[in-house]
Amino acid sequence: MANLASVPVPPGSFVPVAAADVPAPTDASRHSAFIRVTHWITAVCFVALLVSGAEIVISHPRFYWGENGNVLTPVLFKLHIPSSRSLVPTGYGYVLPDQNGWSRYLHFQSAWIAVLTGFIYVGAGLFSGHFRKSVLPGRADLSWPAFSKAIVSHVRFERPSAAEAWSYNLLQRLSYLFVIFVLFPLVIWTGLAMSPAFVSAIPASVTLLGGRQSARTLHFFVSVALLLFLLVHVGMVWFAGFRSRMRAMITGRADTPAVTNMERV
Amino acid sequence: MTDLSRRKLIQTGLAAAAGVAGLGAAARIAGKYGLIPPDHGGIWGLGETLNYASARLLNRHSMAREFARSQISERPLQNEMAPLRDAFKKLQAGAFADWRLTIDGMVARPAALSLAQLKGYPSRSQITQLACEEGWSYVAEWIGVPLSYVLEVVGIQPEAKYVVYFSIDPDWWDSIDMGDALHPQTYLAYGMNGGELSVGNGGPLRMRVPRQLGYKSVKFITHLTVTDSLKGFGRGLGSASPEGGYAWYAGI
Repeated sequence: MANLASVPVPPGSFVPVAAADVPAPTDASRHSAFIRVTHWITAVCFVALLVSGAEIVISHPRFYWGENGNVLTPVLFKLHIPSSRSLVPTGYGYVLPDQNGWSRYLHFQSAWIAVLTGFIYVGAGLFSGHFRKSVLPGRADLSWPAFSKAIVSHVRFERPSAAEAWSYNLLQRLSYLFVIFVLFPLVIWTGLAMSPAFVSAIPASVTLLGGRQSARTLHFFVSVALLLFLLVHVGMVWFAGFRSRMRAMITGRADTPAVTNMERV
Repeated sequence: MTDLSRRKLIQTGLAAAAGVAGLGAAARIAGKYGLIPPDHGGIWGLGETLNYASARLLNRHSMAREFARSQISERPLQNEMAPLRDAFKKLQAGAFADWRLTIDGMVARPAALSLAQLKGYPSRSQITQLACEEGWSYVAEWIGVPLSYVLEVVGIQPEAKYVVYFSIDPDWWDSIDMGDALHPQTYLAYGMNGGELSVGNGGPLRMRVPRQLGYKSVKFITHLTVTDSLKGFGRGLGSASPEGGYAWYAGI
């Protein structure tokens, strides 16, 4: 595709673009200030949760299923890393320093900020139509041909079209939906299921998961899934144009507004 | 400055002022209803206060999960701990006959109770989970006297807000609020799985607080103090845990 901005387009004509129904932004910014602020608060909290969560795992890098699990019981699996507790047999001849105190403080503080931000984001997103307009796949995209085309173009590492600077593509929409409405709720649930205070009030929160150790193991897996999302997300931002995508999420300005103005005619 | 940006500025200013006033009012109400933990200061104060306040609003009357006898762990873990001191070994040599639990502070009848006296009180048992902040856990039957019963024996004053409890190990002490102290599952435990409480599991006397993580269940209890303020204890953070970098409230 040549530089679209240089192609003269008569008013009233329709320019076909990759994402067929680009929603017309209501103002000149790609991401509203609300989306940008909640995005970055969540990003900072998520990194803090990953780091502190990893630190806590280091104190007991063994995983179990059911209610009971400790160094006297068989493991489901274990991570082959050194531990910060001498009680844990790791095969390493040394014990790492204990970092659990600040890690736990940081974990819960960032969890609170992330969860409160998430509630505001989801509430506002439902109210404003952000999910309907920008995150739910368009009707035309919900077909096997459209889906397989999107997969093929991703697998081929095709450069995103100019229109994608102004709209999420199909796979983006599906993965964002999965993260927002499946992985984040799951990671919160499995985390709360490890709180003795929370489960005393709502015992089903842990029994439905199969027990405390099952909740902990699931919390680990969901966190790994979220970490994978983060890596792919950052990778795709890099691939699509790190500077322009970062500018869009920081300042709200996106590339080629002229093109989208044309498309909106 | 355009009208629009001026209006925006005024709106933002009003919203910020309302927010600050709202937070101030919320903090006063939270303090009044005992929703502020002693380690609420510093950079982690926000998270700690939210943890404690939300748990207290959610689970004031809730019971820790109890398990079937068949779910008891075959071998209850004995966590690593500091070497036993001479004072402990001396009492151990005498089969703990001279072990005393002293109770003072805001009580009508300060006491020094022997294990035999504690065992003479109504005995209760619970099959609950001991969960460590590190991630491991086991289920065991705990036998003891509810702390609430002992507090009734000594007669706590109505202004009392916390029970501070001390291990024979001088660096090991903690505290709980009255909600947990009077909770029916909070025990002074002296037995486990039908037998004596082993030294490795905190015998002869261990605090058992099943709605919180394991580190609140301090081992080798020799002293209780009932108080309305935690300011005079250690650095005023409520227990040795925050001084070592761990949260006072361990419900999560």
